[in-house]
Amino acid sequence: MERVHRGLTGAGPGTAGAAAPAAMPEGQAAGRGHPRSARAARGRGTVDTLQGWALASPLVIVLLAFLVLPIVMIVAVSFWQATEFAIVPAFSFENYAFLLTSSVTWRVFGATLQFALITWTLTLLIGFTVAYYLAFHIRTTAMQTILFLVCTVPFLTSNIIRMISWIPFLGRNGIANQTLIELGIIDQPLEWLLYSDFSVVLAFVHLYTLFMIVPIFNTMSRIDRSLIEAARDNGASGWQILTNVIIPLSKPGIMIGTIFVLTLVMGDFITVRFMSGSQSANVGRLISNDIALLQYPSASATSVVLLVTVLLIIGVLMRFVNIRKEL
Amino acid sequence: MEPRPRSFYLLTAFFVLFVVFLYGPTITIGILSFQGPQGGLTFPMRGVSTYWFHNLFQQQAVGDIWGAFRRSFALGLMVMVATVVISVMAGLAFRKRFFGSGALFYLTIASLVIPSILISLGVGLIFNQIGARVHWSTSGLGAQLTWTLPFGLLIMFAVFNRFDKRFEEAARDQGATPWQTIRHVVLPIIAPSILGVALFGFSLSYDEFARTLLTAGSYNTLPLEIFGMTTNVTRPVIYALGTLTTVFSFLIIAGFLGTAWLLRKRREMAARRAG
Repeated sequence: MERVHRGLTGAGPGTAGAAAPAAMPEGQAAGRGHPRSARAARGRGTVDTLQGWALASPLVIVLLAFLVLPIVMIVAVSFWQATEFAIVPAFSFENYAFLLTSSVTWRVFGATLQFALITWTLTLLIGFTVAYYLAFHIRTTAMQTILFLVCTVPFLTSNIIRMISWIPFLGRNGIANQTLIELGIIDQPLEWLLYSDFSVVLAFVHLYTLFMIVPIFNTMSRIDRSLIEAARDNGASGWQILTNVIIPLSKPGIMIGTIFVLTLVMGDFITVRFMSGSQSANVGRLISNDIALLQYPSASATSVVLLVTVLLIIGVLMRFVNIRKEL
Repeated sequence: MEPRPRSFYLLTAFFVLFVVFLYGPTITIGILSFQGPQGGLTFPMRGVSTYWFHNLFQQQAVGDIWGAFRRSFALGLMVMVATVVISVMAGLAFRKRFFGSGALFYLTIASLVIPSILISLGVGLIFNQIGARVHWSTSGLGAQLTWTLPFGLLIMFAVFNRFDKRFEEAARDQGATPWQTIRHVVLPIIAPSILGVALFGFSLSYDEFARTLLTAGSYNTLPLEIFGMTTNVTRPVIYALGTLTTVFSFLIIAGFLGTAWLLRKRREMAARRAG
């Protein structure tokens, strides 16, 4: 039936596949051999397309003006040249040549990937555990909603304030050091708690674990509970149910969370700058430093390389998940 | 009810720890913002006072905090309205698959995952090139929309994926025009979710930093102003400011959640009366 329908609308690849159920009855009728309704259905496809684009036009305009054009501009400027006072349109690979042959670039990209991987591991472990708890151990929907809100509310408050709020904890005379000294575990305050790679990762986990919890919880709450019953009836232990049923079925949520966390960390510059006290570097800071020095062509070239890296990673991850189906 | 397994208690402990991790620092600066006038950035408290809050209202030497707040608030409202209107329209559009809808969807996702600083840089460059001046209400607004719209659209997707089409069919069968169906059937049903979109639109804009950095022009929004202050955090005045904006955010969230809850309650009562 779906194939019949696909043949009839046939306005292009975009309309094919699982078409809107609302249009199905007409498609069916036409499939039984009424050429006139077939034409009507095709007309409907065009009408749908026009209507769709009309309704989506504000979105299209915003995305074209503030997403597509800026990226095109960055790609263009990445080939320009900078003099002391201005940037000059040109077509030169100088920026890229400099960028890709500099050892600093490679080191900074390496550090960025390292931040991303460590943060990913931690947010995944914590996020999965929290989502699992909410989805399978909380029995009433009301309680689930409340606890879920408790987890999401901080997302709607200021990231910068949340970073600042670590100072009294991690500072030289902060709560962590005072407690450790009182307990006799250390004699000297630890210097690496604040303004270090440690505090950068801590802030990332603090800010971004939510991006793991929400999609994983969303996927988990759709797992058919009878599957778990069936596994239990067949003698699976709790651990076996977790590894053989729940984790495989939660994969789409894990993938979406992974996309969020990796791209947020890869593109970050403010967390690294603030939490490391400007001591650690990542690609975002490389770009923002160039911007501060008005070296726009160089900043653009770095941006393009970062963008390509991020898109490659997402491209690979997207192969494992159909985002639209998971919402 | 079957008894709780032991893993339940372990996981509860884990969850409690996570919540402490999430809120602990915020509560700490909340307490420390009541430091006495001689107090520092960490414990111990040297007296309890509202000195730093007064300080916030008096001194203007660090910058224009209240101007920044007003701008952030206005921009938040603008972004909120735009996000709601555009997301609902696009959400309605995406209910039917149309030619190019797949590409548009992935473009929206791209808007979400693209590093914020690229939007900031790109928009800044374009305004520079066409000779326009960057301003929070033009370039800032557009740059922030690239962040809020994907969230708005994702919420609309989640809503319409769960939407019971029979309501609409009933309306249509009784002779409602498409516009009447949307106005009197679809929109009231999705109203609580629209509130959610509005909350996201306002809050994400109010706290946005990276995309606004190069697009706000010479007048700072509040997060930019706060970041400017962090370059030399030496006194609890920044905690006072942080506490105030966090309380403000909480009030906004509570307001939205309360309204959504009231909507639902009223609907339940109406349903009960209709019997």
